[in-house]
Amino acid sequence: MSAPASPTARMIESGPMSESLSAETIRIAGNDGDEIEAYIARPTGDDSRGGVVVIHHMPGYDRGTKEITRRFAELGYDAICPNLYWRQAPGAAPDDAAAAARAQGGIPDEQLVGDVGGAAQWLRSQTSSNQKVGVIGYCSGGRQSVLAACNLGLDAAVDCYGAFVTGTPPEGFPLKVTNLVDQLPNLSCPLLGLFGNEDSHPSPEQVDELDKILTDLGKPHEFHRYDDAGHAFFSVDRPAYRVAAANDGWERITAFYTTNLGG
Amino acid sequence: MCTYATVKTTLEGSAKGPDSAWFHVTDGTVYFDHPVHAMADHTLNIDFTDPSKGPGARVAVELTAASARELMTAIEAALNSAPAEMTV
Repeated sequence: MSAPASPTARMIESGPMSESLSAETIRIAGNDGDEIEAYIARPTGDDSRGGVVVIHHMPGYDRGTKEITRRFAELGYDAICPNLYWRQAPGAAPDDAAAAARAQGGIPDEQLVGDVGGAAQWLRSQTSSNQKVGVIGYCSGGRQSVLAACNLGLDAAVDCYGAFVTGTPPEGFPLKVTNLVDQLPNLSCPLLGLFGNEDSHPSPEQVDELDKILTDLGKPHEFHRYDDAGHAFFSVDRPAYRVAAANDGWERITAFYTTNLGG
Repeated sequence: MCTYATVKTTLEGSAKGPDSAWFHVTDGTVYFDHPVHAMADHTLNIDFTDPSKGPGARVAVELTAASARELMTAIEAALNSAPAEMTV
């Protein structure tokens, strides 16, 4: 009888995870060819692999989002997070940049699509790329992940509790946010949705509506919904963090990307 | 959720900001949304800024809804306690 494998050995044997990675800040061509900043994290080596675009949440291109970007590299993907506020606040602290972008009316949907498209193009240009690219976003980025997948040719999209994919924003919103119902027929790839049942934006009813629309459209999708979790349950530095939902969510994301970005 | 709601106003005054330096405040942005630092899901956030000096010219405050209402009451009380001709 052989000795059981060490935890490290099991990790190496179980998938494409790498313990060595590098991360840095670069410039890429975003919407309309504009130069914007981006944070990248990549496993060491040139093995063929997929790529992930991480869309930061409304509070910005912050430490938490960069940690998520590095986690995708640790999972074996080339990962990139474009700084969506670079135009409004180049070089500013993430919270100051978010405040400046907010005061200027937020990020137009067309610009977001162009910036994510530029990030996807950067991923595909890497010698390690298998030409498959996924996108993921949290909170406002959840909606933007779906938006990107409706306007770009992608291979997998993850929506973590994005509000206003369905539903109607209240009147008087200074930031011109619309739902994405009329764009869902253009969804280009499978969608993984992760939602808290105690969330009100999106509410469970709005998640039901999105589920039904995608089913009626014949769009492949996989939703997981968590009791005892509300909005932002992945945020490890906020009171909304729910460890059970977040851990299960990461397992779902890992499996979903293995299926759709592997090979 | 991200509420997306943002209320902007012009202001005239000063604030003590980065590096303990005072700066001229020209704008205020008020919104109820996720905080960066406060331990609450949502807070009433106020940014006192001078956009002409860049994004870093900002004093940020994140208050619970109850605290924000108490602040409004306190501001009104302080203004009302002064002679009317001084607060025009």
